[in-house]
Amino acid sequence: MSVDRRALRPSATFPDHVLAEIHRAADQGVYEIRGFGTKRHLPSFDDLLFLGASMSRYPLEGYRERCDTGVVLGDRFASRPIELAIPITVAGMSFGALGANAKEAIGRACTAMGTSSTTGDGGMTEEERRSSKTLVYQVLPSRYGMNPDDLRRADAIEVVVGQGAKPGGGGMLLGQKITERVAGMRDLPVGIDQRSACRHPDWTGPDDLTIKIRELREVTDWEKPVYVKIGASRPQFDVPLAVKAGADVIVLDGMQGGTAATQDVFIEHVGIPTLPAVRRAVEALQELDMHRKVQLIVSGGIRSGADAAKALALGADAVSIGSAAMVALGCNRPVHLEDYHAIGTEPGACHHCHTGRCPVGVTTQDADLEARLDPEQGARWLRNYLTAMVLELQTIARANGKSHVLNLEPEDLVALTVEAAAMAGVPLAGTDWIPGRA
Amino acid sequence: MTTVDLSACSVRELNARLHALAADTNETAWRVTEPRGAHAVAAGLTVPVSVEIDGHVGYYCGGMNQEAALTVNGHCGTGVGENMMSGTVRVRGNASQCAGASAHGGLLAIEGDAGPRCGISMKGVDIVVRGSVGHMSAFMAQSGTLVVCGDAGEDLGDSIYEAVIYVGGATGRLGADCVEKDMTRAHRDRLSALLERAGIDADPAGFRRFGSARRLYHFHVDNADAYR
Repeated sequence: MSVDRRALRPSATFPDHVLAEIHRAADQGVYEIRGFGTKRHLPSFDDLLFLGASMSRYPLEGYRERCDTGVVLGDRFASRPIELAIPITVAGMSFGALGANAKEAIGRACTAMGTSSTTGDGGMTEEERRSSKTLVYQVLPSRYGMNPDDLRRADAIEVVVGQGAKPGGGGMLLGQKITERVAGMRDLPVGIDQRSACRHPDWTGPDDLTIKIRELREVTDWEKPVYVKIGASRPQFDVPLAVKAGADVIVLDGMQGGTAATQDVFIEHVGIPTLPAVRRAVEALQELDMHRKVQLIVSGGIRSGADAAKALALGADAVSIGSAAMVALGCNRPVHLEDYHAIGTEPGACHHCHTGRCPVGVTTQDADLEARLDPEQGARWLRNYLTAMVLELQTIARANGKSHVLNLEPEDLVALTVEAAAMAGVPLAGTDWIPGRA
Repeated sequence: MTTVDLSACSVRELNARLHALAADTNETAWRVTEPRGAHAVAAGLTVPVSVEIDGHVGYYCGGMNQEAALTVNGHCGTGVGENMMSGTVRVRGNASQCAGASAHGGLLAIEGDAGPRCGISMKGVDIVVRGSVGHMSAFMAQSGTLVVCGDAGEDLGDSIYEAVIYVGGATGRLGADCVEKDMTRAHRDRLSALLERAGIDADPAGFRRFGSARRLYHFHVDNADAYR
């Protein structure tokens, strides 16, 4: 009997990827663990538009009139705040999740661009300290590789409470990436599946965090800015608590943020998107009269100068990129196709950071694969990408008549959807209507 | 002996003076009086000086210590000796929760009792407690040694890696993947040496040894019950 393909109606409830996941779970009896970030459609900065200049606003000349991009981070309590040439930083990604060449490439590119890079779970490598002029040192729940000497030679300290891909979850690094060097830095047996703690070992809650931050400042003689990184879930509460705890800078990571390895159910079903999180965080800072006094860095799905411009317009002081920086280094680039196929994927859909078999040498500890990423070439790619982002950001700022990118404001924005208008607190395009406001 | 009265100056002033010491300083003996529960007292020291603290301290006393020998003649709040790398931290009284959290090296000697999560996430430190420890002690302990001369609370050594635990008294329910192991002569010798180094008089004969069963190093569906 022949099949009339027109009569085959796939289930909307059970599309192919759901069927495949149920079959996989039935075979393996464990949740899916993967890298990258959320793949579902979410309200995002794509749902916002800039209005640009017209009769009531005049624009600045591109390439002729200045549009500054410098930003100072951490001048609330630290005696040595950070001055960045551009308001785009690179987020924390561990050595272990990334290979040493990728970390070095990031450091070099950030140094060339006058911005900061960030360590990650597992501590600081010599390569990244050497290559990064401005390096932010993460203090994570696991405390892998945590070392007061590295704390003192960092330029800022970031206390990680959570991350957007998994607010409430700890890090994961599967055994295939726990090489001798990674294991040595983390003080773990080689080859085990590492599951980091989700809470810090020596503090719980905002009152304790206040005391913890004070200790970090004491150990570093009050020189370093202290960031507090939160995964976007309840920014209206978390931001004021971080301010109260003494943060100089708050890093807010939306659910589009990436990860090297986490349960898929966590990535896709926990947290809130970056778009509404920014607005709520900025409102919280404004209510405390701390907006611009405690700086806000926004991350989670930032891909372009347009995304950066929209985050700044909503009130962020800077943005941070992680997945996009990896893509600039070659992640999902259509090369070495046979190696994508060997791990059951293709360029454009690869999320196999957790396997350590990264075909382009970014998220691997395998020497042969890692050799595919030349740190110098990688740094060039990332530097080019950051340069393009900044040019895009300045293009938008000038078009809105701003001589500094931090002068972008919510009034420059409209939303394409009712949902985005409500989340971002800007009018639906063509109306004066902001859902939820009189 | 240099004496600093914390009723007359701040913790910041004390720590700044201690941090400014050169490795070959002649000011090797310090006494701190009137700490009155202050936090981060003598945190982040890097040189081999001795610091005696007369009174009770708050959180993170001796945090991230390197080289220095600290003695607290009183009780300690949360996280005494957290992330210490080397040197010695001695507590004459009791220590609150998370003593020696994520500490990488050195010796933490507690002459009284320690609260919950003693040695949580420890990474190479040796901790000796003359009294008892609270629940979840040595949680996710990676390496180093925890010695408890008294009793250990529930869930001892939950999700432990390669750290070693010796307990002289009773234990409650053991944590996930923590099991009792053979106590050989070599282990007893090691324990004896550690007790002596800590200056704690206890007979190693009655101690039991605990460590990881290593069943959770890789996920296997048949071990899923351990996570519930």
